[in-house]
Amino acid sequence: MEFVFTEEQAMIGETARAFFAENATSERTRKAMAADGIDRDLWTAFCQELGLSGIGIPESAGGAGLGLVELAIIAEAAGAQVAALPMLGSLVLSAQAIAAGGSAEQQAARLPGLLSGEVVAGYVHDAGITADGAGLSGSAGFVAHGGSAQLFVVTSNTGAWLVPADGPGVTVTPLTSMDQTRPYARVTLADAPGEPLADPAAAIAAAHRAGFVAVAAEALGGAQAALDRTVAYARERVQFGRPIGSFQAYKHRLADLMIEIEQARSAVYWAACAVDEGSDEAALAVHAAKSFAADTFFLCAGNMIQLHGGIGFTWEHDAHLSFKRARAIQSMLGNGEWHREQVATMILGEAA
Amino acid sequence: MKLGFSAADEAFRQECADWLNAEMAGEFRDIKGITKLTASPERRKEWEQRLGEAKWGCIGWPVEWGGRNATLAQQVIFAEEYARAGVPGRVNHIGVELAGPTLLAFGTEEQKQRFLPGIAAGKTIFCQGFSEPGAGSDLASVRTKGRLENGEWVVNGQKIWTSLAHISDWIFVVTRTEEGSKGPKGLTFLMMEIDQPGIEIRGIKQINGDAEFNETFFTDARCPADSLIGAVGDGWKIAMGLLAFERGVSTLGQQMAFRNELDELIAAAKANGAANNPLIRQRLAKAEIGLRLMRYGALRMLSNTDHSKIDGAALTYKIQWATWRRNLGELAMDVLGQAGEVAEGSEYEWDTLPNLFLYSRADTIYGGTNQIQRNLIAERGLGLPREPRGDV
Repeated sequence: MEFVFTEEQAMIGETARAFFAENATSERTRKAMAADGIDRDLWTAFCQELGLSGIGIPESAGGAGLGLVELAIIAEAAGAQVAALPMLGSLVLSAQAIAAGGSAEQQAARLPGLLSGEVVAGYVHDAGITADGAGLSGSAGFVAHGGSAQLFVVTSNTGAWLVPADGPGVTVTPLTSMDQTRPYARVTLADAPGEPLADPAAAIAAAHRAGFVAVAAEALGGAQAALDRTVAYARERVQFGRPIGSFQAYKHRLADLMIEIEQARSAVYWAACAVDEGSDEAALAVHAAKSFAADTFFLCAGNMIQLHGGIGFTWEHDAHLSFKRARAIQSMLGNGEWHREQVATMILGEAA
Repeated sequence: MKLGFSAADEAFRQECADWLNAEMAGEFRDIKGITKLTASPERRKEWEQRLGEAKWGCIGWPVEWGGRNATLAQQVIFAEEYARAGVPGRVNHIGVELAGPTLLAFGTEEQKQRFLPGIAAGKTIFCQGFSEPGAGSDLASVRTKGRLENGEWVVNGQKIWTSLAHISDWIFVVTRTEEGSKGPKGLTFLMMEIDQPGIEIRGIKQINGDAEFNETFFTDARCPADSLIGAVGDGWKIAMGLLAFERGVSTLGQQMAFRNELDELIAAAKANGAANNPLIRQRLAKAEIGLRLMRYGALRMLSNTDHSKIDGAALTYKIQWATWRRNLGELAMDVLGQAGEVAEGSEYEWDTLPNLFLYSRADTIYGGTNQIQRNLIAERGLGLPREPRGDV
């Protein structure tokens, strides 16, 4: 039984946690929130100095190799700090789509820019996007960091294309977004020229698989951080002559959060491992991980506000960063009900 | 990080499955699929002996005491295959999982000689005398008294929730042997033979109509002076050491039994159309996800070799499975509807799913209630201040 991190995986975790804890500070994140939701210096340092941006992308495609377990470890560390980075759209969804579904030429042309952070890619997915020859039409309302992207990976349920953000027929409308660390843009395509990826089915499957796992890992990191900060507060805040964390009404709620987080941790690394090993369980596991971890993060972030009392409701405190990120994670890439319906279909033997 | 077991372990799994399936198709086919712990006790005692003869009774024990010196992974695999094959729960679970390991860790050579061969052979059935009417969650407040008199221990008092005492041969009892002592001090751990005039057992009828648990009364009950494990006053240390043996190995086997329950529920939902209800589908999916996460939580716990740090997966496991199973019972009744509330033609005997609904109310109580679990998680896992104690 070896369902524990290897030494190398533990080291990646330590490196990533130290990097984000030191650099993705509340002050810097808030500066990014007031702009386009990207801490540029952090992004450049992560992509170019830390050497972890290519993880989860095969070496043959210019990445650093390794798999979703290692990618999840990094996403968990970034999520713990609610870091303002276009990691999900650019390095996970778009890069995975290109690595899995792009031709060798497409990989060579696009991936180096994404992995170095010089190009930010946005992932545009909508079942209603249609292709008429090379021209794409349709729109997607919620493209994470779409307002900052230079390149879009556009997918429908059957097709996948590369579309430059400044290309003809492309309209990008940044949207005021509740989660300012990952603001949305609406992307509208009106007969916009798209370059088809060589294997669209592989691109879509890889992007979604990795996206579900990475966003679940991010939620896990966020949930654990929300609990840790609330526990610290529970030990120092005194009311009625006792630390409030000594009251059962309070400590039992914190215990409930830990119970959920431990399950979310199992979910994330089970799913990541199942995908990496090509296990039969992978299809079910990624839905389980995404829905469970997202709900766990929201539960923890909501309790973070409640258990901090009034200070938790202020703009100054970081609780709302977690709360808004958690809500966004619940909705994106399929909500919990959709993911659980996929699981229900599988266990009831109805899967096509 | 890997999900599965090694190839050698998988070969061992096959060996376990082959033997268990053959037994359940042969001489013991009449007990296959029994889930109620009180059903067919005599046949199940024979099954214990069959396990002993074939050296499958206590595979984690050393070879010299009738075990196989099996690795943790092998023990887990055996437990998993045991449940998968539909073999009923062990009537000597307490002997094999608790009494035996306690004797191996703390017993004298003479005590090992006296008890271990019988447990390994499936002939000495043990039960556990810890809880009392006034010592439930607060286990250290036991009042059952023991005193040494003419080379014998004489015990007076009452234990409760002694699971399967009515079919057991021996009971281990935590007694207060130091007059006036309080809490964990002054306790002694005794092994007592049940068949004697000073011990009386009365069944406790449970909410499901069954009587797995008992009250055990001690009125000048006796055992020889050398029946104690450890020293006089070591009772709490021994009892806590014993409870630590309980965790881990049997978890995946227990989960396989849960798997069987969930599969039965899924089949029922498909059969009666409940599976078309979107709300039920959501809850079935949650149950499935919860069960899978239990498995990978257990694998994290079993894979963990760094015992210097608090293991969150281990600390949260009890409340996790107990709550999951209680929820499953409630879901089962929502799936069955009123058909689950009648047992036509029986006295008061319930099929697996309605019985699960009733029985699972005990899961969140025994072995540390959910409330106590939350205290433990908050205090040990999160380092929050301890609950203030009354001065008793």
